[in-house]
Order: sequence, then C-alpha cells, then structure tokens
Amino acid sequence: MAFKHIGKDFLPPDVTAKVTGRARYAEDFRAEGMLFAKLLVSPMPHAKVKRIDTSAALKMKGVVAILTADDVPQFPPPEDPILTNEPLFAGQPILAVAATDEYIAAEAVERIKVDLEPLPFVTDPLDSLYPGGPNARENANVANIRLNLQTLKWEAGDFANAGDGKLPMGKPAEQWSYGDVDAAMAKAKLVIDESFVTQGLAHHSMEPRSAMATWQNGKCIVYGSSQSGSFVVPGLARLVGVKPEEIVYVGEYCGGGFGSKAGAYPLMAIPAHLSKKAGKPVLLRITRAEEFALGQGRPGFQGRVKIGFAENGRILAMDMYVVHENGPNTGFPDFRNAGSAASIVFQPETMRWRGISVLTNTPPRGAQRGPGENQIALALEPLIDKAARELNLDRVAIRRINAPDNDGKIGERREPLSSAYLKDALDKGAAQFKWEEKKKLSGQRQGSKVIGIGVGQAYHSAGSFGFDGLVRITPDGKIHIHTGVGNLGTFSYASTSRIAAEVLNCKWENCIIERGDSRRHLPWNLGQFGSNTNYTMSRTNYVAAMDAKQKLLEIAAANLGGKPEDYDLGEEVVVSKADRSKSVTFAKAAQLAIDMGGKFSGREMAEDLNPITKASVSALAGTGLIGVAKDKLPKKGLTPALAAAFAMVEVDTETGKVKVLEVVNVADCGYVIHPAGLATQVNGATVMGLGLACLERYVYDPKLGLPANVGFYQCKPPSYLDVPPAMEWAAVDKPDGDNPMGVKGIGEPIQGSAASAIVSAISDALGGHLFNRTPIVADMIVNQVAKQAQSYKPLQVNTM
Amino acid sequence: MIIRDMMPGFELYQPKSIEDAVALLDKHGKDSWRLAGGNDSLSWFKDRAKKPKVVVDLTAIPALRGIKETADGVEIGALTSLTEIERHPGIRQKFRTLAEAAAKVASPQIRNSGTLGGNVAQDARCWYYRAGMPCYRAGGNTCYADTPEGMNREHALFEADRCVAVTPSDINPVLVALEAKMVVRNAKGERVINAEDFFIGPRVDITRMTAMDTKDLLVAIRVPNTWAGAKLYFEKVADRESWDFPLVNIASAMVVRDGVVQQARIVCGGVQCTPRRLRVAEDVVKGKTPSPDVAKLAGQSVTRGARPLNYNHFKVPLMANLVARAVRDST
Repeated sequence: MAFKHIGKDFLPPDVTAKVTGRARYAEDFRAEGMLFAKLLVSPMPHAKVKRIDTSAALKMKGVVAILTADDVPQFPPPEDPILTNEPLFAGQPILAVAATDEYIAAEAVERIKVDLEPLPFVTDPLDSLYPGGPNARENANVANIRLNLQTLKWEAGDFANAGDGKLPMGKPAEQWSYGDVDAAMAKAKLVIDESFVTQGLAHHSMEPRSAMATWQNGKCIVYGSSQSGSFVVPGLARLVGVKPEEIVYVGEYCGGGFGSKAGAYPLMAIPAHLSKKAGKPVLLRITRAEEFALGQGRPGFQGRVKIGFAENGRILAMDMYVVHENGPNTGFPDFRNAGSAASIVFQPETMRWRGISVLTNTPPRGAQRGPGENQIALALEPLIDKAARELNLDRVAIRRINAPDNDGKIGERREPLSSAYLKDALDKGAAQFKWEEKKKLSGQRQGSKVIGIGVGQAYHSAGSFGFDGLVRITPDGKIHIHTGVGNLGTFSYASTSRIAAEVLNCKWENCIIERGDSRRHLPWNLGQFGSNTNYTMSRTNYVAAMDAKQKLLEIAAANLGGKPEDYDLGEEVVVSKADRSKSVTFAKAAQLAIDMGGKFSGREMAEDLNPITKASVSALAGTGLIGVAKDKLPKKGLTPALAAAFAMVEVDTETGKVKVLEVVNVADCGYVIHPAGLATQVNGATVMGLGLACLERYVYDPKLGLPANVGFYQCKPPSYLDVPPAMEWAAVDKPDGDNPMGVKGIGEPIQGSAASAIVSAISDALGGHLFNRTPIVADMIVNQVAKQAQSYKPLQVNTM
Repeated sequence: MIIRDMMPGFELYQPKSIEDAVALLDKHGKDSWRLAGGNDSLSWFKDRAKKPKVVVDLTAIPALRGIKETADGVEIGALTSLTEIERHPGIRQKFRTLAEAAAKVASPQIRNSGTLGGNVAQDARCWYYRAGMPCYRAGGNTCYADTPEGMNREHALFEADRCVAVTPSDINPVLVALEAKMVVRNAKGERVINAEDFFIGPRVDITRMTAMDTKDLLVAIRVPNTWAGAKLYFEKVADRESWDFPLVNIASAMVVRDGVVQQARIVCGGVQCTPRRLRVAEDVVKGKTPSPDVAKLAGQSVTRGARPLNYNHFKVPLMANLVARAVRDST
C-alpha cells in the first residue's frame, strides 16, 4: 500500500519544546497567590493514626491550611486513598500542609505531632499465606481488581509438602484451565518443574507526579502529569468530588509514566482539595523519595511452572501457579496477565493457570510496562532454553514450533487473534542477529570472560476500540485533529493523528494537533497505556476523518451539483471525478459547512458519542466542518503485540559483571506508522529490559518494613554506560487485519523480549545454569561460580 | 521519617581563605559543616537527617584548588575536582590508578562538581544510617544492618565494631596504596597524616570515618614519588558502570625487577570501614614472579578472618578474585 504519511518519519510537534526547555510540566505552572504543599508521610509500614496535633504548625507564619484524611472523599478499600488514618506502607501520606513556600511547609510538617499505633505488617506474600501469618490489612491479606478483599491462608501441610526451594501451592484465589493438562503432561517426553521469583520494582518516572490546582468559576483546573488526556477526567472528578464537566485538565507533556500514570491517581487530587480549603491555588511538588513510595511499582512473582514437552519441543501441557505481591491496595492483575501471556506466546495444547494476589505493606502496585507479561517472560524463557538443551533442539526452533501465527489463540476461552507474526519476528531477528553464527560463540572463553547468547519473547494486548474521533476543518484551510489521548512521551499521539491526514489527503504542515488541555475541546479517548494507542487511535482518527470526508463530498455535491459519490478528495480539495475543474477547497468547504449548519458544523451530532465528546463538539459547533464519530469498526479477535529479541552478553566469572554486547529486538506491530518513533520505543525498551534483567528491584528490611533503596542511585536503573554498544531493532511490518490502516501497538512486549533474551544469554554463558530469579546481579554470579550458597532464601522476595 | 527530600535552612558562610575557613570551623565546632562539592552534604541536608546550624562553603577558596607537581611528587588541593584529577597529564603518567579511580567515581556531573577532599572525607553509605535511623554511627545505641534479617549486601566483612558500614570511596584505596599524605589544618596549625592512618574505623570513633574532627580542614593531599613507575592496578566492581558505589574495589602498586616482585602494596575498598591494607597478599607476592598461581594464592590469602553478614558473603570470593587480578594483570 502506498501511503502519504504512514511509514514516514516526521518531527512530532512537542520535540522542539522539549529540547529547548519550553515545554511546561505540571510543576512549571504558577498562579497568583499560589501556595506550596508538603506531605507528612508514614514512617511505619502499617499503623493507625491515634491523634494529630497541628497546633504548633498552624501557629507558624505562612502556614495557610492543613488537609487530613477527614477532609477528603473516602473510597471503598482496597482502593488507594488520597490521605489516610491507617497507613499501609512506609511513605504513605497522612496529611498535607499548604504554606506560602516549601521551606515553611516542610518545617510545619516536622512540627506536627502524629501519634501512630504500630500494627502488624508483612513484606513477603508467603509469610502472609502461612497459617497465622500477618495480614497487610486488618482482616484481609488478599485482593486485586475484581477480587474482593478477603483473608486466605494456606495450610502448614502445603508448605511442608512443597519441600525446599519449591513453591508451596495452597488454595488459589483464581484458576482456569483448558484441555486435560494431567493427561497431556503424562504423554510428555520431557517435564520441567521449576519455581521462580521475579522482582518487584518502582517505576521511577523521571517527572514525579506533581500537580497544581486552582478553582475558577466553579471549575477545578488541574495541571497534572499523566500519560493520558480525556481518560484522566472522570477519575479525577471522582477524586476531587465534582462532576466531570467541572474539571479542566491540563497536561501537554509527561516525563514518563510506564503505566503508573495511566489515569487519575490520588496525589493529583491533593492540591485540588487543599486549594479549596485554602482559597488559593496550590502546587504540590512530589520529591524523588515520595515518587518512590507513591509512584507505583511492578508486583513481584513467586511462581511455579510445570511444562510438558513433546520430543519435537511442542508444549503439550503447561501448569502455572503465580503468587503475586500486590502491595496493600487494589493493585493490578499482573498474575492473570502472566497466564494469558504464556497461553499466547507458547500456545500450549493444554494449560492450567492458578493465582493468588497477596497484600503486602510495600508500595502500591500498578501497571508497569508489560504488567505480568514481562515478569513471566523472565521466568519462562530460560526454562524453554533448558528444554531445548535436554531435547537437543535449537533454542530458536523450539520457540518457533510453539509460537502463534494468525490462527493462534489466547487464554482460557481460546479467543481468536487479529494477527500474530511471532514466527516472522523470530526469523527476522535470527537473521539480523546472525543466530547460527553467534551460536558458535556460546560459551567461548577469554580469560575470566565467557560469552552467552540468548533469545526471548513477550506479548501484550495491542489495542482497544469504541472511542471517539474528532477532526475539524476551519475556513483558513487548517485541519485540526483533536486528540484526547495524552502524551506519555512516545510521539504516538502525533503519529496516530497522521491517520486523519492520510484519510483526508492533506499536507501535514496544514494540520494542527489540538491536545493537552480540556479547553481545546477534546474527544473521549482511551489513555496512553496498554500498548493500545497506535491501534485504538488510528481507528478513532480514521472514523472521524471518514466522517469528515463524507461531509466534504456531500458539501461538494450540494454546492456543485450531483451526488456525493461523484466526488473524490484531491490534496485538500474536493474534486468531481468526471470534471476535474469542478472542485471546492477544504477552506471553502469549511465555510460552506458553517453556512449549512446541522451535522456539517457540529450543531447536530450522533447520539452514540460519549458525553465528553458531545460537550467538545457543542463548544466547537459553527467553527468549521466537524468530522466526529465513534469507532464501531468491526473487530474479529484480540489484537496482540508480540516481540522477539536476541542478545549476546559477556559474563566476567571473577567479578560477576554482565556486559550486554548486542541486542536485536524485533516488533510485530502491524504496519509501522512512524519508524523513528518506533526505533526510540524499541531501543528504550531494550535499555529498560536490561534494568529488569540485571539491576532494579525493591529491597525491604523484613523486620522494619522499610525500603533500602529509594533514590535513583540506589535503585539503579541502567546508566548510559550500561547500555549495550550495539542495539538494533526491526519490525515485521505486516498489517493487522482488524485495523483500517493495518497498525497495532507495541510499547510493552519489547521490554520483556529484551529482558528475557538477556537472562537467557546469561544462563547460556553459565553453561545453562538457571537462577530462576531476577534481577541477576553480580553477587549471584560470583556465588554461583564460587560454588557457594546464594544469600537469599529460596523464594524470598524484596531482597538484595 | 515523616518528611525527607527537602532541605532545611542554615547559616551559610563563604570564606575566601583557608585561614578564614579554619577560624569559622574553630568558632562553630560541632555546629559547623564543611561543604565542598555538595554531593554528600546536600543529600544529608535534603533528607533532613543532618541539620547543621552553620555551613562553611569552601568552594570560594582558591588556595584549596589545583594540582602542583613538586620534586617529591604531586600535591593536589582538596577542592580539586575529580574531573581535573582524571584528566591531569602528570597524574595520568605517574599515578595512573588515581586518575582511573577518579574516572570511576559516580557520574560525569558528579565528578565535575565533586572534589578530591569531598570524596576522601565522604560519610558511610549504609542505607539505614542514610535513612536517618538512630544507629550507633548516628549517636544511637543499635545497628540496624547487622541483625538476623538486616539487608546488608553492601556492608563489611572485616573489622566491624557495632557498625558494619564500609568505606564507599574509590579514591581512598588508591591513596593508601600510593602512600599518600593528607595535609590537615586547624586553628593550632598544620599536620600531615599518612593516608593509612587518616581513615579510622568504628573502634577508634564510631561517628566519623577520618582522623579529622569538626575543627579540622583537609587542605591538600600529597602523593609521593615512592610508587611512580611501579606496576599499578585499580578496579572497581559495582552494579552499574556509572553513578554507583563500589561493591568491592582494589588498588595496588608493585615494584617488579627481573620478573620478581620487590615491593607491593595491595589495598581493598568496600570490605570494612577503612581501606583494607592486604599485608598477607603483599607478603605472598614479595620475592615471587606474579604468575597466575601466585596471583591466585595471594587472592586466597586475603579472606581469612572475613565475617560475612546475611547478604555479603559474595564479597569473599570477589575480593580474592580482585586481588588475584591485581597481581596477575597489573601493568
């Protein structure tokens, strides 16, 4: 297919602002009389507030207002509260002080006396599942989205039966299966049964979740940091306690979210409530230490999987159990995602999944890039290697024989897929990486250094549907593409806007992306998360542009004679198919739309649009030709994003240092809309994957319930010098059948593929040794090579 | 802590001469704080874990800066940036490992602002202590790191005494290996302390890591020509290649004549509160050819007496391996 814009690089309009420092993030905003807020946070992992004495603080000059949990809306547990009288993790906000400057606010916080009654706490799910073990909340130790707060304890026999180093498997909170797993396992040539631990880790978004709020004319204006735009509004309205139409949300840029800023979050509402109480605008700047505790994190897994292989490597049966460290609140369903990810990546002929989401007094968890899918990639991919070694198969071939194609299925219900090219990704990656040649380097030694090569794969769903698109052509000839999707920093808000330009056959320089502020009248869109933007937004922008196109053709017919189908679009002009001299420019058509009114100028609109879209259209009515529609395009199956990666590492057996020499990471993301944007995504994911494989994790002192690593230097995301010297990317570039432009998302699995390829390569360098634990840090390798015990206990979490 | 990451106020002095700085320190004593590059100091202040009343900013004192090549070696002003040390041709030629260690400290930004004196005198990085816990080192009466479940991967193998924190510096082992002299000034005058004696463990004083008290000012460090021309080695093992403290580091100097080691100094960081001089390894290699076997033996000799904690027994083989590398690979 020949495209005008799709598949071509362009300069996203926010880039210049970012590199020149002109971009304004939440904490850059100021307002007349604005106050600064500081938080008082819990020093304990679980406690009850008995008494708060603010008298000394309130006497201080410059202190204006103090907000406590009693001043803000309460939500049913285990939702994240805005402020709390029962902190469930160290660092949870108890109250906020607004003062004329931050120094005074901080000083005031220290003068507040809070009496806390310490309560039992737990940092390891297995400790909580043990009979009589501590609960993270009073009366509950299990919860998740659509999993009610409850107490669930295993039996001591479950633990005793498991034996050393194996995950006990007591009663799960949830389970599903398809096929006869036991019968298939019995037929298997090789059965692998391994327990594993994947780490929890903080998101560490570069921009902490600061927010400024002010009230004007009954509306609450919030300057926030979110991955999303319109999607933030309903949730924020609920947190603030107003109707969605009373919220103005401003957020043009976002300094990273990785899933943690998908929608509205409780901290975003604190300035709004404080501002109402103080009668002045309030800015809350979140610090790095606060962002560590409040910026969400990825749940860790304690898991066990039994896999039955046929002689040719085909997976006949998979039996997986995931214990999910959920933090204290609602959390995110990583444990479920682990099951569905394994079911699609490996297409097991039969499968059982069991899981339990256990509450701990550690930071609240949220989605982090490939939530569940990437943890399970870290756990499973090395086991596939182990099977390949035992069955004497090539490690790519064993993946290929299990990988899904377009006939692949996912999950318990064996749902169909809209497209799956994982085999192509493996083939393309193997060729680019030169797998066959590199295989010869495996295990090659030079002094203390040994080479390992690895391959990894990962999955995430890649798109949603049912949202609204809105484009507007104004009499000056400009095409305004209104997008409520947000801007998490990937440029996809811009590249998907080009779908409208593609359909309408217009020049990109005449397009204006309207975004970043509710007052720019934005449609109802899904947020930027879940690898969905490319797919979801290309559909909404497609339907809006098609609506505009139809209206352009109708306007031409009404004014130049004939029927709409007698006309076609030239570049920013409607032309008669029969007589090319008969035409009307977009600018002229926009004016005609205003004159004609009705649906053409947005005075009338479809009933099925979301109220947020309707309000925006009403506000824009009469300013031009309005193209607006809800995405009702057909959808045949689940749309998967898939990725395969290859890595070569050098492990120094004397120091335990792993040097990643080379990574090739291949995306199955449908047609590529924006190659430069994709390159940034894939290479960024490779770097982040290195952090997951080798560096980052939560560390908690289990007796104190306090975090050992809070700042960047302690949490150790990869530094520039850790980045592989050779990072390559590629895309399969085959179209998805359910998307009008053939595109789908990719943001998440490319991290899991890189991370698991690195883990696979480290195992290869160490002669196939499986740590069954991430991150693989230097001390684990040193201990392994020295043939001495590891320091962590089997299945221990949140450890060094 | 109920609040951190927000600096409290203090009185700031910016003296222009060493004499004025020393006078200020003498006047304010325990209430004062010496501020150089600020990388260590500001994190204490921002965490509200240390709140000095008076901060003496040393960065405006020209006499504390610069590298002088003297007849006896080099003299480096305490306020000289790590970047300058890393790039100085004289140091790179004679004391290559000092430049290499400087280049391995933290990140380029921190090396640009960070000073030699600041690095040398930096405080322990034990996370419990840094989080403001009232431990022995902070004047309390317990250690949180050395407990049955303490998280102590980065902590000490040797010479623990109530406190199990280690020296976090990459520079210090090199200074001990090269027999550097620390020039310290106070109101009473100047004294010169051997690097080996400058760093002190908890047994001597649990609240500080150097021989300096609050009225002392480190003005310069002299590296004598003693080891110029010797075979030198420095290596740091950390989780990351940038912006990280060492898990273990090693610095050595060996005089080898006709393939035989005449003299050697081998010093290890990250394993106890002070840089650990590995005399046993020095004895093993002296009079021998630094062959792989001798190197291995030297490595094996140094771990005797190590008392690992819950999470740091990896440092035992790591330290042995680094000693072996220093003997085997030094150039």
